[in-house]
Amino acid sequence: MGAIVRAEQHAQVAERDEGQSQYLTFLLGGEMFAIPILNIKEIIEYGHMTTVPMMPAFVRGVINLRGSVVPVIDLAVRFGRCASDLTRRTCIVIIEVDSGEGCQDIGVVVDTVNEVLEIPASEIEQAPSFGARIRADFISGMGKIEGKFVVIIAVNHVLAIDEMATLGQLGDASPGMLAAP
Amino acid sequence: MSNTEFDQALQTFFMESRELLEAMEESLLGLESSPDDDDAINAIFRAAHTIKGSGGLFGLDGIVSFTHVVENVLDRVRGGHVQVNGELIALLLSCRDHIGMLVEQIAADPAARPDKELESVGNMLLEQLKSYQTGVTHPVCSTAPASSCTEILPQTGNTVESDMWHISLRFGQDVLRNGMDPLAFIRYLDNMGKIVHILTLPDAMPFSLEMDPESCYLGFEIDFQGDGVDKAAIEEVFEFVREDCSIRILPPHSRIEEYTQLINELPENNIALGELLVNCGSLTRKELEQALHLQETLRSGSRAEETSKLGNILVEQGVVQPELIDAALGKQKTAKENKSQESKLIRIQADKLDQLINLVGEMVIAGAATSLIALRTQDAALHEATSTLSRLVEEIRDSALQLRMVQIGETFSRFNRVVRDVSREIGKDIGLNILGAETELDKSVVEKIGDPLMHLVRNSMDHGIETAEIRLQRGKPAKGTLRLNAYHESGSIVVEVGDDGGGLNRARIFAKALEKGLVTANQVLSDQEVYGLIFEAGFSTAEAVTNLSGRGVGMDVVRRNIEALRGTVQIDSIEGAGTTVKIRLPLTLAIIDGFLMGVGSSSYVVPLDMVMECIELNEAERQETRDSHYINLRGTILPFIRLRDQFRERGKPARCENIVVVQYAGLRAGLVVDELMGEFQTVIKPLGKLFANLKGIGGSTILGSGEVALILDVPTLIQRAIALESRVLNC
Repeated sequence: MGAIVRAEQHAQVAERDEGQSQYLTFLLGGEMFAIPILNIKEIIEYGHMTTVPMMPAFVRGVINLRGSVVPVIDLAVRFGRCASDLTRRTCIVIIEVDSGEGCQDIGVVVDTVNEVLEIPASEIEQAPSFGARIRADFISGMGKIEGKFVVIIAVNHVLAIDEMATLGQLGDASPGMLAAP
Repeated sequence: MSNTEFDQALQTFFMESRELLEAMEESLLGLESSPDDDDAINAIFRAAHTIKGSGGLFGLDGIVSFTHVVENVLDRVRGGHVQVNGELIALLLSCRDHIGMLVEQIAADPAARPDKELESVGNMLLEQLKSYQTGVTHPVCSTAPASSCTEILPQTGNTVESDMWHISLRFGQDVLRNGMDPLAFIRYLDNMGKIVHILTLPDAMPFSLEMDPESCYLGFEIDFQGDGVDKAAIEEVFEFVREDCSIRILPPHSRIEEYTQLINELPENNIALGELLVNCGSLTRKELEQALHLQETLRSGSRAEETSKLGNILVEQGVVQPELIDAALGKQKTAKENKSQESKLIRIQADKLDQLINLVGEMVIAGAATSLIALRTQDAALHEATSTLSRLVEEIRDSALQLRMVQIGETFSRFNRVVRDVSREIGKDIGLNILGAETELDKSVVEKIGDPLMHLVRNSMDHGIETAEIRLQRGKPAKGTLRLNAYHESGSIVVEVGDDGGGLNRARIFAKALEKGLVTANQVLSDQEVYGLIFEAGFSTAEAVTNLSGRGVGMDVVRRNIEALRGTVQIDSIEGAGTTVKIRLPLTLAIIDGFLMGVGSSSYVVPLDMVMECIELNEAERQETRDSHYINLRGTILPFIRLRDQFRERGKPARCENIVVVQYAGLRAGLVVDELMGEFQTVIKPLGKLFANLKGIGGSTILGSGEVALILDVPTLIQRAIALESRVLNC
C-alpha cells in the first residue's frame, strides 16, 4: 500500500510542476494580469450580487454559487483604482484561497478573461520594487508574453482574508458613518 | 489488519476509553457519598479493566502496565480487602486522570515517546498505590482478552445448603494457542478431591463456518468436593491460565448473595433457569427433576398457564430461596433489556450528520423556490401539492436538527469533579446544585460552552463564595452552594452560573473602572452596566478588586467566547446574597425561522422569535421622526434604527416605511424597513472569515429566487447604533 501512496504523491508533484507554468490572463481597466490556474476553480458570468453593508468598497458583495455563499472582491478597487464598470463581458473568477484554517472560495470581478497561457519559469522576472502602480507584495512576478510584461498576481497576498477582514473593521470605525441624526 | 482499519479501531479505542473514564469519574464521585455502593465499585473496576484489555490489544504498554496496578487495587476493593475512604478516592481520581492523559497523549501522537513529566507522575501514583496492594503482582499479559480476573468471595452469614465448592470456569480463546490444555487443569483438580458434577457450556461456540478450531470456546461449571482443600489451593490449579480466563470460586455453604452475584456475572444468558440454579450448586439434580416432574403434571392439568413457571414451583416447594430465583430472573430480564437498549442508540460520525443537515438546508431552499413558482402559476392543485411538500420539508428540517441536539447535563456533570477538586484546593465547603440538565441545545454550542463555564464556575468558587467563618458571621450556612441551571427562553437557551456568596461590590467596581479610565466620574450607569464592566479586558489583572480577579484568563475571554457563539452574557448580583451570571445562547446554528424584510434592493432576515410586531410608519410620523429616532408606541417610547441610513443604502427612499419591533434580552427596539415580506425558513450560511469583523450582520441565507439575503444580528446591530450615536454626540 505504501508504494501506491508514494506513486500518487509523485503524480501530484509532477502535476504541480507542470501546472505552475500555466496562467489565466484577464483584463482589468485595460491592463492585463495573470493568475496561476491552480488557484482557479471556475469562471462564471457576473450574476445577481447582494451587497453587504458596512464593508469596505473593494468587497462587492456576496453571490449564491450553487448553494454556498461566496464573497466577491472588486480587484480594481483592491488595487486602489476606480471600480470597473459592468459590461457584457464582465466575469467572476472563483479562486480558492488558503486562509490558514482550511480553504475558502472567493470571487474576483474582472473585465474580461482572455486565455490560458504557458509561461515558462525562465520567462518570469522578479517584480520591480516600484512602478507597477500596485502594492509590491501583490505581485508575485512579471511574466513575459509576446514581448510584453504582464503582472502575475500573488493571490495569497491580494486575497489575504485576515488583512481584508481587518480593513473591514477599520472602515466601519471611520466617523461620519451615521447619517446625521 | 490494514493501516486504515487499525487507525479506525484505535480511534474507537480512544473514544471508548474517554467514555469509560467519564463513567469511572462519575462512579468515583458517587462513592464519596455512598462508599458501599457495589455497583459503583464494579463499574470502576470494569472501566479500568476494559481499558487495560483493549489497550493491550493495541500494544499500548504504557497504559496497560499502569492500569494493571490500578485494576489490582480495585480488585481488592471489590473483594472487600481494602476499605473505601476519601483518600483512596482522591488517589483513584488522580489515577483516572493519569490514564486519561496517557490515552490523550497517544491519541495526539501514536508514535510519541512517553513524556518525562507524565512518567514521573505515573511513578508517583504507582508508589502511592503500593500501600493498597499486597505482595503478589501478576505479570502483565499485554494481549489479554476482555476478562482476566480471579475472584475470591468471603464466606459468612446466610448460607445455601450445598456443601460443595462451586467453580465457574470460562477459558480465554487463546488458551489452546498458548499451549495449555483446559482438560489437564480439570483432571488435576480431580486429583485434589472429587469432581461431583461437571457441566460443559458450549454457548460461546460460533457457527461452524466462523469457528476457529484453534480457539477455545468452552466454559465449565464444576461442583467439587474436597476435604481440607482451601481456596488458595484451588486457585493454584489455575495459576497458569488465570490471566486470560475468568474463574469464580464459591466455597461450600456460601452466602446466598454470592450466588446471586455469580448468576449476575455469568456471561451466558440463554441457559434455562433450572439449569442455572443447578450449575450454581444451589439445587441438586434430584430436586430439579422433582420440580420438572411437577411442572409436567401441572401442565397436563387445567391450571397449566397460571403456575407453569418453574421458578414459582421451586419456591412453592421450598426448594430454592426466593432471592435466588429473583436474581436468576433478573438476569434474564436485564439481558433482554440490554439488547433492546443497544439497538436504540446509533453512533454516527458528526460529519455525516452535518452533511444531512446541509442537504436538508438545500431542500428547504429548493422547496421555497418551488412554492414561489407554484404561486405564480395560479394552479390550485399545484399550489396545494407544494404546500403539503413544504410542510413535510419543515418537519424533516425539525427532526434533522433534533439529531444535533444534545442535553446539557453531560457538560454540567463534569463540574461535579471540578467543584469537588477546587473546593478542596481552596479549603471551602461547596456543594453543586444542577438544574435543567435535560435542556437540549446544539452540539456545536455545547462543545464550545465548556471553557467559559469552567472559568465562571472557578471564579464563583474562588471569589464569590466566602470562607466558612465569614458565611457563619453573615448568618448563612457554612456550606456554600454553586448553582448551574439551563432553560429555554424565547428561542434562545439561558445557562446560569449562580452562587450564594458575597455578591459584587458596585462601588468598588465603579472605582476601579474609573481608575482604569473605562468610565467617567459623572456617568450614570445601571447596576447591570456596572457589573458588565468586569468583562472589560482591563479588569482581568491580578491587582484588580480581589473578589473579582481571574485565574490567568480574564473574564473578557469568557465574554469573547460567548459572543463568538452569538450569545450574550449578563450579571445579576445582590450584595451579600450572591451573584448569577446569565449566558444567553442561540438554540441552533443551522436553520431558523426568520422574518424577511426589504430595504432598498436588498433583503434582510431577522430571527422570527425576536419579532414582536410590525407597524406601518405613516406619513405624519415619517415627518415627525425625521430628526429623532424614536416613536410613541401605545404610550411607551420605542427607539428605532433606520436600516436604510445604517446600511448607507443608495437609491430613492421607498414610498412607505414599516417598523419591525424586535425584542432581545429585555431590550426593545424598532427597525425601520421599506417592505415586509413575511416568514421565511432560513438556512444559515456562514459568511466566512472575510466578514468576521462585521458587526450587525450575523450570516446569510439563500432565498427561493436564488438571491442571497443577509441575516441581521440584532443585539450587535443595536450595540453598534448605540456606540455610533454616543460617538457622534461626544464629538
